[in-house]
Amino acid sequence: MENRNNIMIIDGMPVEINGEKNLLELIRKVNIKMPTFCYHSELSIYGACRMCVVENEWDEIEAACSTVPRAGMEIRTNTERLRKYRKNILELLLAHHCRDCTTCRNNGKCKLQDLAMRFGIDDVRFPNTAAEPDIDDSSVCITKDANKCILCGDCVRMCNEVQNVGAIDFAHRGSKMTISCAFERPIAESPCVGCGQCAAVCPTGAIIVKYDFHKIWEALDDKNTKVTAQIAPAVRVALGKELGVAPGENAMGKIVAVLHRMGFDEVYDTSTGADLTVLEESNEFLKRLGEGGHDIPLFSSCCPAWIQFCEKKYPELLPHVSTCRSPMQMFASVIHEQHKTSSRRHYHVAIMPCTAKKFEAVRPEFALDDKDPVDAVITTQELIQMIKESGIIFSEIEPEAVDMPFGSATGAGMIFGVTGGVTEAVLRRVSSDKSKTALAAITYQGVRGLEGIKEAVIPYGDETLRIAMVSGLGNASALIDRIKEGEHYDFVEVMACPGGCINGAGQPFASADAKEQRGDGLYAADKMCSTRRSEENMLVMDMYSGVLKNRVHDLLHTHYTARGE
Amino acid sequence: MLKSREDLKNRRSLYAKALESQTAKILVCAGTGCVAGGSLEIFDTLKAMIETRDIPCSIELEEEDNGDSVGLKKSGCHGFCEIGPLVRIEPQGWLYVKVKQEDCEEIIDQTILKGEHIERLAYRKNGDICKKQDEIPFYKKQTRHVLQHCGQIDATSINEYLALGGYSGLEKALFDMTGDEIIDEISESGLRGRGGGGFPVGRKWGQVKKQTEPQKYVVCNGDEGDPGAFMDRSIMEGDPHSVLEGMMIAGLSCGADQGYLYVRAEYPLAVSRLQTAIEQATELGLLGEQILGTDFSFYLHINQGAGAFVCGEGSALTASIEGKRGMPRVKPPRTVENGLFNKPTVLNNVETFANIPLIIRNGNDWYRSIGSERSPGTKAFALTGNIVNTGLIEVPMGTTLREVIFDIGGGMRDGGTFKGVQIGGPSGGCLTEKDLDLPLGFDSLKEAGAMIGSGGLVVMDDKTCMVEVARFFMNFTQNESCGKCVPCREGTKRMLGILERIVSGLGEEGDIELLLELADTVSATSLCGLGKTAALPVISTIENFRSEYEAHIREKRCPAGACSKLKRIEIDPELCRGCSKCTKVCPVTAISGKIKEPFVIDQEKCIKCGACIPTCPFQAISEV
Amino acid sequence: MSHKFDSYTIDEIIDEFGAQPSSVIAILQGVQEKHRYLPKEYFPHIAKRLGVSEASLYSVATFYENFSLEPKGKYVLKVCDGTACHVRKSIPILDRLRSELNLSEEKCTTDDLSFTLETVSCLGACGLAPVLTVNDKVYPAMTPDKASELLKQLKEGLVDA
Repeated sequence: MENRNNIMIIDGMPVEINGEKNLLELIRKVNIKMPTFCYHSELSIYGACRMCVVENEWDEIEAACSTVPRAGMEIRTNTERLRKYRKNILELLLAHHCRDCTTCRNNGKCKLQDLAMRFGIDDVRFPNTAAEPDIDDSSVCITKDANKCILCGDCVRMCNEVQNVGAIDFAHRGSKMTISCAFERPIAESPCVGCGQCAAVCPTGAIIVKYDFHKIWEALDDKNTKVTAQIAPAVRVALGKELGVAPGENAMGKIVAVLHRMGFDEVYDTSTGADLTVLEESNEFLKRLGEGGHDIPLFSSCCPAWIQFCEKKYPELLPHVSTCRSPMQMFASVIHEQHKTSSRRHYHVAIMPCTAKKFEAVRPEFALDDKDPVDAVITTQELIQMIKESGIIFSEIEPEAVDMPFGSATGAGMIFGVTGGVTEAVLRRVSSDKSKTALAAITYQGVRGLEGIKEAVIPYGDETLRIAMVSGLGNASALIDRIKEGEHYDFVEVMACPGGCINGAGQPFASADAKEQRGDGLYAADKMCSTRRSEENMLVMDMYSGVLKNRVHDLLHTHYTARGE
Repeated sequence: MLKSREDLKNRRSLYAKALESQTAKILVCAGTGCVAGGSLEIFDTLKAMIETRDIPCSIELEEEDNGDSVGLKKSGCHGFCEIGPLVRIEPQGWLYVKVKQEDCEEIIDQTILKGEHIERLAYRKNGDICKKQDEIPFYKKQTRHVLQHCGQIDATSINEYLALGGYSGLEKALFDMTGDEIIDEISESGLRGRGGGGFPVGRKWGQVKKQTEPQKYVVCNGDEGDPGAFMDRSIMEGDPHSVLEGMMIAGLSCGADQGYLYVRAEYPLAVSRLQTAIEQATELGLLGEQILGTDFSFYLHINQGAGAFVCGEGSALTASIEGKRGMPRVKPPRTVENGLFNKPTVLNNVETFANIPLIIRNGNDWYRSIGSERSPGTKAFALTGNIVNTGLIEVPMGTTLREVIFDIGGGMRDGGTFKGVQIGGPSGGCLTEKDLDLPLGFDSLKEAGAMIGSGGLVVMDDKTCMVEVARFFMNFTQNESCGKCVPCREGTKRMLGILERIVSGLGEEGDIELLLELADTVSATSLCGLGKTAALPVISTIENFRSEYEAHIREKRCPAGACSKLKRIEIDPELCRGCSKCTKVCPVTAISGKIKEPFVIDQEKCIKCGACIPTCPFQAISEV
Repeated sequence: MSHKFDSYTIDEIIDEFGAQPSSVIAILQGVQEKHRYLPKEYFPHIAKRLGVSEASLYSVATFYENFSLEPKGKYVLKVCDGTACHVRKSIPILDRLRSELNLSEEKCTTDDLSFTLETVSCLGACGLAPVLTVNDKVYPAMTPDKASELLKQLKEGLVDA
């Protein structure tokens, strides 16, 4: 703190300014829990909730989120006046808000509830103008209740700024303002792609991920039903503190065990499906390159929100999208084939970090024998909820291995859960150098890291391949614009959620640091694997002579069609 | 096309001569008020008569005037709309008021052909006849600089503007001054923004100039949304070129080549006058590329508002020009750094820009000699309410409210007594008797708990209920809140709810305290100026008229007798003869009864409009 | 009332103001000027050409008071309730017109689409208070009776506005 030119005073404490963009960041850095509703570091500054007000040296009130720290500045964050304002703002919000907290899905996770408790709001002096629910449950991915909305605009900025989906926006103004689709249409009829990122940033229960786990209990209770499950890579590193798991810790074995305890007959790893995807997508890629590069760049097709985005917004790009089904669907097809002759009813559950998978599961394109191969998709949040409901003490559970006949996956399949993972796995497959150093070399070619747009140039034979990896649909749009302007890429990996599946909207809430640790957890799991290239998965290779014989196209591929708005 | 300073000078003197050579001029007021009174028909009638009588006449100021023609023109708003339609006769300077189509013949025959004054068309005050505008008490105490052309010149003629020295401010700025000199001149004049905030204009321009970004904008705020204010409308309608000139000088000073005029959609006439002005200036080469042969280029665009008061706020206005919802954004970054299309932007209102050419032309000393030390210059006010003379006025800053209300405004109308004056519209405060000798100025009013705002002055008499006034303004602000920040969206809604309860007789003990608590929160924490000032009318009426609030809450009584829900209109059955006359005027069919038997008023249905009271031949209906 | 989609006119309007997001308001004003309201059938096409979402178009259209998503009457009556008009009793005029047209705060247009009745917060014609406008023509110094008379004349087609 030698340099006096960058010191300011917060609540009497000298604090060093270190390039913080706003007072809020600085205040939080010195361990003051400044309340906010509308501030998210990944979104633009909106400044609407006014909870983060502070008093400056002239007793003026400023919002910390939108004030730049200045050397010599003196602010107070906790005065009688500020407490009164915060309480009044909370009271005003609660006066226009459903207050049935005990039956709210976000009970205990709601910022409004949390702050109302923190500030001791024990009375609302105004008549409640939003007591009745106003629900849109048209989407299979999310549910919206307008009367729980505090109009912080987080979802709007997420949907427009980050995702460029444009499904929702503000409508009307003043006290009549709402957040709505065009012409108040149901979400299902909007350009919504089901990425669920709006729900992930919603501070209250106004937009929530749809829960489907109740029907799984029914299936588990039914003796005549065989229940199988597949667990996506990103799920295992995201259970988090609610179950006493460290951020990024790989809890796969424990999840398998707990599912067994709940009564699941067989539990598999979606990474096995991802290995299939790697093999299929690599073939398709090489084939397209070999055939004179038709429909290049090839876009990945693992992410169902991206697929919907492309269908609705860029139908002209559909021929460029890989025909490969997603790992979940490939694997479900195989599992379905395995069980279709069984006398017992088979019920297949996919545990995903993702809300859009709920939509993917009911897409008619994937039906086999007039049945959806995935009967239920539940999110990581729902898995946690199921574990809590079951009463099983997670910390005491001993890890177990995934079941046969599909109990083998490679590290290549596991890294699908993070942006760049699909690309890295495909590169491992197409690279002719099969040495360990080659594996390591790929990681240094720009495929890792959580940046929104990454690029890699890979030598391939006498040529080089240009590859782009994007996460966040806004970034996808930006890249597509560049491609349309003539920039050349051979392969483009798209993940709808910023950072990839580890940050899917089905994952429990986590800090930015904890999210990064999820990615580290997956790379660590990959490193621990004895097989790290998909073609080394003998079990998968065997499928080609078994269940997949002459059925590769039917079971592993599909075609998407434009969805006009 | 004017290609040089010489060209401009020549054209100016040419038209000045032409203007002088007209033997007579008839200026028909074509401001919104007079147009509503039929002034355009009057214009057409005069034109037709002049033509049929073969009187040499020029509708447009022509280069060559033979020295015997009559100029017939449409002028801008005179500001005294209630005595309109107005017709002004030059060179005598006579003003004819409440002119009708039938009067046209006499005007031509008597005044134009014989040069005689028509007494019956002159303004009368207490038996005195005021031939000229300046003799009318309403105008006598005014100092009209910004409004000087309004009503005096043809608002649709760039030539007439030029003839009266128009664009000489631009000329001086363009050829004799550097950007810094222009900014210094404006800074030294002490001109402060006329839109409400009172921010020093020169400082703002200087901040824009020093931005390194090459693309800069000049934006004129013509979104005069305060209900009860219309000075900007009058300037845009009556002297559009002065606004253009001011904007061009601003662009020249700070290096902007694009200007945007954002005008309320409710002002269609202003939009068309500005459009005409832009076309004329462009045609003459005063707008466009390389103006007057210099390397200064400037282009102007008009954007029409779409109905949102909040767009008067700077960042909401620029958002609206960008085609977005007019929601204010957080600052920083400020408009001077990051305004329209995220570029450095000079944003001032119409009246401010209209002051610029005057300052450049006459120098900062001249400007500072008008008004008060900290608030130099004049200010236009819209004077309305329960006073004798309502209209648009311009007075030097520092003039007292008493002078404005009683000398210019002529005192209270219908024998009422002065109770208060709401200044600055819905974001302003209420001043009372004790403040009457307060000199008008940015800082003096702020200290008194009010603000100049854009300059609306609504005078209220003893029959006005101050709680209802507070409710009216709160209703307005609540309606116009953009909804972005919580305190403004939710706080004004709750304050309105409480005020509505109070005026309907449902007030509770503690309401005043709750109102003040909310007012404090809303004022301190709202995001933009609209929210920060939304509670001012409530705070100042509680401060000045607390007992009125208490009477509503405790006694369920409106001391001013204005709150309709607290009064009842009843028919005295003793006096009623059952003639049914009252039923015919009742807008809500609340009165019923059998003929020749006493009628009754359904109190549930009755809206207390009082329409029935004067219709009763037997005085049986009264307010109780 | 559904509106037949006419991409020719709409493209003309878009081209006049330029197919960029900043023209949204001007384009919507152009559409409204043509149809006296904003037919929702036009929105997908405008959104596509301007490269904005339909939700954001709807967002802008519902923010500004002058835009109407419902067809308006042949005569649009606006009663000014600015301060000057309010203190000179504009509300009784509004009440009278509402009762004669059988309209309310929620229902502003008559079923036969002949009249729309709205309030406006200030027309800037305060010197003539209280005023009302019929399709932008200003009628000064109104009273409830004068308003009734005006309405009668409009119904009989005696005045054109």
